[in-house]
Amino acid sequence: MDVVDIARWQFGITTVYHFLFVPLTIGLTALVAVLETRWVWTRDPALLRLTRFFGKLLLINFAIGVVTGIVQEFQFGMNWSDYSRFVGDVFGAPLAIEGLLAFFLESTFLGLWIFGWDKLPRGLHAACMWVVHLGTLFSAWFILAANSWMQHPVGYRYDAESGRAELTDFWAVMFNKVQLVTFPHVVLAAYLTAGLFLVAVSGWLHASDRHREDRAVHRTALRLGAAVAMVAGLGVAVSGDLQGKVMTEVQPMKMAAAEGLYETRDSCAPFSVLTIGSLDGREEKKAFTVPCLLSFLGTGSVDGRVEGIDDLRAEYAERYGQDPGSAYYQVDDYVPVVPVTYWSFRLMIGLGMGAASGGALVLWLTRRGRTPSGRWFRTLCVALPLGAAAGNSFGWIFTEMGRQPWVVFGLMTTDHAVSPSVSVTEALISVVTLTALYGVLAVIEIGLILLTVRSGPAPYVEPAAPDDDAEDRPLAFAY
Amino acid sequence: MELTTVWFALIALLWIGYFALEGFDFGVGMLLPVLARDNTERRVLINTIGPVWDGNEVWVLVAGGATFAAFPEWYATLFSGFYLPLLLILVALIVRGLAFEYRHQREDRTWQRRWDLALIVGSFVPALLWGVAFANLVRGVPLDADHEFTGSLLTLLHPFGLLGGVVTLLLFLTHGAVFVSLKTDGDIRHRARALALRLSGVDVVALSGLEVWIQTSSGSTSSGLVFGASVVAFLAGVVALRAGREGRAFLGTFVTIALLVAGLFLALFPDVMPSTTDAAYSLTTTNAAATPYTLEIMTWVALLFTPLVVGYQAWSYWVFRKRISVHHIPVAS
Ligand code: HDD
Ligand code: HEM
Ligand code: HEM
Repeated sequence: MDVVDIARWQFGITTVYHFLFVPLTIGLTALVAVLETRWVWTRDPALLRLTRFFGKLLLINFAIGVVTGIVQEFQFGMNWSDYSRFVGDVFGAPLAIEGLLAFFLESTFLGLWIFGWDKLPRGLHAACMWVVHLGTLFSAWFILAANSWMQHPVGYRYDAESGRAELTDFWAVMFNKVQLVTFPHVVLAAYLTAGLFLVAVSGWLHASDRHREDRAVHRTALRLGAAVAMVAGLGVAVSGDLQGKVMTEVQPMKMAAAEGLYETRDSCAPFSVLTIGSLDGREEKKAFTVPCLLSFLGTGSVDGRVEGIDDLRAEYAERYGQDPGSAYYQVDDYVPVVPVTYWSFRLMIGLGMGAASGGALVLWLTRRGRTPSGRWFRTLCVALPLGAAAGNSFGWIFTEMGRQPWVVFGLMTTDHAVSPSVSVTEALISVVTLTALYGVLAVIEIGLILLTVRSGPAPYVEPAAPDDDAEDRPLAFAY
Repeated sequence: MELTTVWFALIALLWIGYFALEGFDFGVGMLLPVLARDNTERRVLINTIGPVWDGNEVWVLVAGGATFAAFPEWYATLFSGFYLPLLLILVALIVRGLAFEYRHQREDRTWQRRWDLALIVGSFVPALLWGVAFANLVRGVPLDADHEFTGSLLTLLHPFGLLGGVVTLLLFLTHGAVFVSLKTDGDIRHRARALALRLSGVDVVALSGLEVWIQTSSGSTSSGLVFGASVVAFLAGVVALRAGREGRAFLGTFVTIALLVAGLFLALFPDVMPSTTDAAYSLTTTNAAATPYTLEIMTWVALLFTPLVVGYQAWSYWVFRKRISVHHIPVAS
């Protein structure tokens, strides 16, 4: 094992872990804001109870999203110092702006929301949650702009003298065409995930005998979540389709690897739903294929031409055969690990869209006052957000591993990105410590979420009005 | 002024914001076992910083991000060079951040005691290590011709580095105690004030010791003046605290920390990371900088948004301006 491998493991583990919590934060801030705004409007006690209940779950999730995010911010410099040197002029700006625009907004207004129940007028209190949501969208925008630049570098030039990539057009980086399709895809997937989280929590409580008297309350959240999931799921599919086209254009190798397509197809390339054969897809024994679908996904037309791995490998070898002047890349093979790319793509679509369809199914099952209550219904509800989270993880694994061997496509390979001054021992200490810590935290977090869900929403308490005279009243909320 | 100098100053400003703000919440975290006698009192302490600690912590994220964008070489060398101390800081910040949110979720004594421990240790470790890191930064570390750090963890742990750690630790403890005396009422308020006064003697000695040491090795006239002012500000804070003017006392410790950090950066300038191997290998505001175009974009962003951030953070402090005492703590949450 060298430092590159360890650093890759650490990056993958930390990012996937961070991204288990991120989509829930993005989506739940919006849903809690919706619930609270409706409460401000209607004063329906059920809505306030749901706001507080899901607000509490949001906070449990948010805390762990924040602390894993700090690791992300530091690890570029710690493990990937040569990467940071090479791209800092371009990549640093979105990261810094994310902090200034998004993180300050999120943390300050969430603090106001948590402790502000008796200090702010009701409308303003609800507005705080909307501001937090806006902060998460800013965050997603800037970090995805940074990531999109790694997928498809634009708005820069390579400077031979300084030996680094230098920014020439900030707006090109902000509105990279990859970014324009990635942002909606990721954000909609976040709404999908959070919608299904509502379905799981409320569906479970709804079907539980112990919470029978609150059935109507849970039904509200259950149907809200399912409706959001259904609409967001459609949006994810549409945006994912657009992403496929942009990806085929800027990284044709990723699409070829996603299908395990070795030979170029001039038209009507099929998409295999499942293949049984050798792991790298060279030989297939049995495959379930949909004719022409790959052409459609990649080019938007059933007659579209899709290039295969073998042709692309030759083409890349010619184009990237020479280094731009310094040792930022050196490639012996331009092909990512095909089985990982192939299966992560299918698992993303299969599990994610499966979960979204589950949301639609729940909406239908609960139509016109129907209240399914069997064990199977609970199991279904609880499985749905797990499917969405798995879809998110496999989506990133596909995106990032399908880009290999590049860390910045066409400019720098991953093995040149690592920190030269970090030793194997240091890197090992780091990855082992963090992974062990994440493991412990996962157990604690799951325990807390289950505990909170089991006790259900707290009974309705009329919130104290903000007024300055009552100096000695206990705080409406305290840690 | 050169844009590189502007960005050096802005990064100094971000670190000032970080240490002056998160400094007191580190202090409150460390003082948990000292100032609180029972669980309700511990909750009083935690709730003085509950609404603001996360906003305070973001200052370090932005400082890191801004260094990445404005001085990529500095970010790369610093973060990969100070690898293990930073890892410790990360672990501390992780358990500490969770302690705030998770401690109150269960009414179980063992559970709460464990999170108390996370909060105390998680505040102590960074309070100490940031000082060690910054003392090393000013003193210089071994860097080779490629600006790579060639030392090890032990390189960083010499007396000077450790003194830096002791100074930040002491100052944050005092800053935290003054903050508690400003934000609480009843017994805790008096205990906190007494503690801050008791610490002030050691503080002055350690602080001036560090500053004189820096001054003799790499100081300039301006850093000398700023260091001098920091001691004056501290003494003024102590006088105010004696007189029971807690607001002014807090201003005093706030300004002390701000001036200490400002002095460190002035002593550093125009280097950002001096090399002890060969002065020619040092990273400076020029050879570590991003391109003028990137700096220009970043300047616009900073000009437009920093006032906004400072504005709403100030507003949130104002919203939570009331003192907290034991009878404000609701029974079970
Ligand atoms: C699509 C969205 C998205 C993606 C791809 C990432 N994050 Fe993230 N991040 C968020 C969306 C987000 C968020 C929803 O905005 C979080 C979750 C909790 C929070 O505070 O904000 C967050 C938290 C968060 C924090 C803590 C902020 C705080 O203290 O308030 C940091 C430092 C980062 N992230 C940094 C990163 C880095 C360096 C990433 C890439 C490797 C990354 N995030 C991927
Ligand atoms: C901007 C946000 C980024 C996000 C959200 C992101 C996300 C991910 C994800 C989900 C993985 C998959 C984990 C795996 O299975 O290995 C991954 C892998 C990886 N990422 Fe990124 N990434 C981002 C930026 C970066 C950056 C800046 C680097 C810089 C060096 C990087 C380098 C890597 C590497 C080396 C791997 C391992 C790939 C492999 O093992 O094949 N990524 N990333
Ligand atoms: C019809 C369904 C879908 C299609 C066609 C699709 C397509 C894609 C494509 C092509 C990418 C790679 C983009 C790149 O490499 O630049 C991607 C990434 C990703 N997908 Fe999907 N996807 C679908 C469903 C889903 C679902 C249901 C989820 C989650 C619940 C999801 C979550 C993600 C995530 C998190 C990423 C990584 C981030 C990104 O680059 O966008 N996708 N998707």
